[in-house]
Amino acid sequence: MGELLKVENLNVYYGSIHAIKDISFHVNEGEIVTMIGANGAGKTTTMHAISGLKKIRSGNIHYEDKLISKMDAYKIVSLGLAQCPEGRRVFSGLTVQENLELGAYARKDGREAIQDDFDMVFDLLPRLKERRNQMAGTLSGGEQQMLAIGRALMSKPKMLLLDEPSMGLSPLLVKEVFKTIVNVNKAGVTVLLVEQNAKMALNIADRGYVIETGNITMEGKASDLASDPKVRQAYLGGVKKKGLACLPLFMYDNPRLDEYRYRNRDSRRFT
Amino acid sequence: MQFLTYLVRGISLGSVYALIALGYTMVYGIAKMLNFAHGDVIMVGGYVVFFAFCKNGFNPWISVLIAMGACMLLGITIERVAYKPLRGTPSLAVLITAIGVSYFLQNGAMLLWKSDPKSFSSIVGINGLNLFGGKLQISAETIVTIITSIVIMIVLMWFVKKTKPGHAMQAVSEDRGAAQLMGINVNGIISLTFAIGSALAAIAGALLLSSYPTLMPTTGAMPGIKAFTAAVFGGIGSIPGAFLGGILLGIIENLSKAYISTQLSDAIVFLVLIVILLVRPTGLLGKKTTVKV
Repeated sequence: MGELLKVENLNVYYGSIHAIKDISFHVNEGEIVTMIGANGAGKTTTMHAISGLKKIRSGNIHYEDKLISKMDAYKIVSLGLAQCPEGRRVFSGLTVQENLELGAYARKDGREAIQDDFDMVFDLLPRLKERRNQMAGTLSGGEQQMLAIGRALMSKPKMLLLDEPSMGLSPLLVKEVFKTIVNVNKAGVTVLLVEQNAKMALNIADRGYVIETGNITMEGKASDLASDPKVRQAYLGGVKKKGLACLPLFMYDNPRLDEYRYRNRDSRRFT
Repeated sequence: MQFLTYLVRGISLGSVYALIALGYTMVYGIAKMLNFAHGDVIMVGGYVVFFAFCKNGFNPWISVLIAMGACMLLGITIERVAYKPLRGTPSLAVLITAIGVSYFLQNGAMLLWKSDPKSFSSIVGINGLNLFGGKLQISAETIVTIITSIVIMIVLMWFVKKTKPGHAMQAVSEDRGAAQLMGINVNGIISLTFAIGSALAAIAGALLLSSYPTLMPTTGAMPGIKAFTAAVFGGIGSIPGAFLGGILLGIIENLSKAYISTQLSDAIVFLVLIVILLVRPTGLLGKKTTVKV
């Protein structure tokens, strides 16, 4: 069980804002590793840095001994590193089937292999099969999340990055999604799971990292973290919710929004 | 019978607008930018056909193919040099750059080919139709233009809806970040879009000049703006919308020329656009854009 993903001294900036501060971590082959943290801690930014969507300032990201930190995002996918992005981001104007086909866009191993993976995804997520000709935009939140995971699996990844798959889902659906993640892992896919739902995430993970304002503050076996008093207090319900807790989750932690706000900071008054 | 004649002429002009508008709408739909230089690519295509066909006597098909190739190269180059560095900047910057490119092409053409008008000879070699004992004449150019624009619209719709690169285009149009995560080369797809749009511009140029045979460096400007209007009219980003908008615009323009006033026809066209946009801001077939939080 070697290191499949290795991140060393990663620094990411949004303009002058130092979002990720010199963090290092790794994921071994076959593991489920979770990264937990509050809103704005830098979880999604880290994910985007790995998948190439966000340019990094310094540091190295190695995947299977290849340096991927300077690679274009679309090339990284064909190495077998897929990301299922935060907020699902399914293509709402395309059907379920077409979304899944796009998941296999970069593959060159032939129609039959892709068809096998279609069957695999439909086995794993039977609901998608029922809705294969439906527009993705008409699916419910849970179904869209399943589609996003299925779509990522269609690229036949060795490693799957999952960014807040439980976001905006009912507790029952969250359970279902996590069960799917475990099944995906059992099928041989290494998983890096970013979550705010620390309890569920630590439950299924082998190891975990706690990220706070761009720093990794704790790491260890998931079971150790789950019983750690500090983690319990901060992430496992030891702390009373503040007044704004009733706002929808996505309003707290959406890097696209932050990036947008940042990019438009000067032009705002004109709009 | 007079009315029918005007109507047919309107549809003919409208088909040219539709062809140009298809290019506008493709680029807008996928790259999310208004390429105001599109009209001038038509002009360049026109000059290429002029030199190949009218001056050097090449086969019309080959001339148009050469022009398509040249315009594709031009379109991809414009995108790479002028628009790509501006990805992620406010759309106003891209818009102004597009206007700049438009002036650049016009003035470049003036330097290269002088500003004196050249008379173009029709690339269509077949005869027109005489209907109702010669009362209704339909020129061959009209027939070819209408058929070409219908065929191209159908092919484009098939391409976008049914093929893999077409699906990739839709994905890029919806969410560039997520498209990259699928392994889609977004820059490649945008280049492809510009290539297709510019190739259409070359065809449009050849057909426009076959019906209206005066070629000047500013030839593309007015049809470009009209076609942009047509694309907005039909719902920008929508392929059948661009077609419908183009045809309707051509008909309105020709009928108002015939029955109201030649001078006012452009004003009437734009007035109709304003009214449509007031009633239906997304255009005739435009998709409702829902703003997601």
